Amino acid sequence: MSSLSSARLRRSIALHLFLTPLALIWLFPLWMMVVFSTMPDNGIFSPGIELLPHGNFVDNFNNLQRDTNFVGAIGISVSVAVTYTFLSVLLTSMAGWALARYQFFGKGVVVGIIFGTITLPYAVVLIPQFIMVARDFQLANTWVALIVPPLFNSLGVLFMRQSFSMMPDDLFDAARVEGVKEWRIFLFVALPLARPMLAALAIILFLASWNNYLWPLLINSQPGSMTAPVALGTLIGLTKVSWGGIMAGAVMLTVPMLIVFVLLQRHFIAGIAAGAVK
Amino acid sequence: MRNRNATAYRFLAPYLLIFSVFWVWPIISSFMISFQATRTVPWRFAPGFNWGRLIGDPAFFNAVKNTLLILVIQVPVMIALAMVMAVLLNSPLLKARGLYRFAFFAPVVVGEVAYSAVFRLMFSLDFGIVNKLLNSIGLPKIDWFSNVTPAMALIMIAVTWRWAGYNAIILLAGMQSIPEDVYEAATLDRVSKLKQFFHITLPLLKPVIVFCLVLSIIGTMQLFTEPFLITERGGPGGGTETLGLLLYRQGFRSLNFGYASAVAYTMAALAIAITLVQLWLTREKQ
Repeated sequence: MSSLSSARLRRSIALHLFLTPLALIWLFPLWMMVVFSTMPDNGIFSPGIELLPHGNFVDNFNNLQRDTNFVGAIGISVSVAVTYTFLSVLLTSMAGWALARYQFFGKGVVVGIIFGTITLPYAVVLIPQFIMVARDFQLANTWVALIVPPLFNSLGVLFMRQSFSMMPDDLFDAARVEGVKEWRIFLFVALPLARPMLAALAIILFLASWNNYLWPLLINSQPGSMTAPVALGTLIGLTKVSWGGIMAGAVMLTVPMLIVFVLLQRHFIAGIAAGAVK
Repeated sequence: MRNRNATAYRFLAPYLLIFSVFWVWPIISSFMISFQATRTVPWRFAPGFNWGRLIGDPAFFNAVKNTLLILVIQVPVMIALAMVMAVLLNSPLLKARGLYRFAFFAPVVVGEVAYSAVFRLMFSLDFGIVNKLLNSIGLPKIDWFSNVTPAMALIMIAVTWRWAGYNAIILLAGMQSIPEDVYEAATLDRVSKLKQFFHITLPLLKPVIVFCLVLSIIGTMQLFTEPFLITERGGPGGGTETLGLLLYRQGFRSLNFGYASAVAYTMAALAIAITLVQLWLTREKQ
């Protein structure tokens, strides 16, 4: 028995000896993001190796605010992400409910098309979306342009369909016998039961909107209408720019999400894993 | 379940409306635009205009080559690494599991712009922390941005850092859904852990691995932000220009929507072809 446990101990040590350096390498870019954001620009571009935070974050942030209106951009990003998340959760759970609980004409086609879009690159719809929103609807540089076109997502609907179809029939049939309308059953019986799944979905959608770059870059390119990642992106590559400021912006985009991730890890992981595990 | 056409479609209506306007129509429209000459207004139907140019365009072949090179090297390396992470995170011997999970999963929440900026700074020639660390252990500096090979390596490193944990989450969830008693039986029969991995975990996980591969292939096929921001618009000299970047340049810098649509359809065709080969290969072995 003791030889078995010493073998286990050796295996355990080997495991940690391998995994710890890998974990440190993985954390390194995030750590350096924080370090850079607290260093003055002449410190970032100096020959020494600096691995610990300094005290320059506020100055860097002021430089960032001078280079681009970052606070305004954060405001747009937050409002857009909140609105997008609410609408998208509503839309995808309604669609998921219909696909899970009703038999209807054309159901197979709808499910097939949704599955099909998973393997279709977004690039294929990008140009017509842009032409439509910017030229035909004249909606470039508006919130509608940021919120509405990305509302379609396939993995979310499949996730909600899965969640609703696992609920027992009797639950809803009891309400139907009482004469409760379908939309009330959906709103007041099904949705409350699906709360953990809705949380997972909402977190993933919020994150997607918060980090979205290509579409906002194309459609909201005017300075006053840019989202925070787009505003930050315009500074990268400029010659006279405060890199400490850029890093302060990167920290402001990243750290709140890391905190949410730590607090709601279970929902996060459920949301990401949902696509694959059925 | 009941047959209720009207009720079902009422629930589906908003979703299908968005889907039709912003996906179904664009898929068709993009195909049609690729057959039009869009450099002059009004656009006119000219079937060979963009596709003919595509076939003879060295910039297009350069972008295809770069994209496929990243795909062929980065995706397998990343999935293998994600598998290693998932297996080790799943080990009952692991202490402080939460810390390790945080380390590997944290990049999942980091936006493309934020991490591109950090990588750009970390890998800069004279003041980048990576070159300083290489120097301090006696290795020469690497000029990550002016030579094609290191620039491509940098893109692959960045993408792998960002997405390995994401795939590890999916693989880990897949592993945890394999019933415990399968392993218990194997352990009783004195099957080694390594053999258990290759003969139980891997075969049962095949659909999940294929899912990860498909998502990664489609993602890498459209790679845009990293070569746009890290290697500065696909530099050095187009050395890291991808199809995503070519599409951006043609569509939104030169406003040549027809040509950009042809590039987009090429990306879709490549992604679908590779996915089908993938599915076919994994089906054969079962």
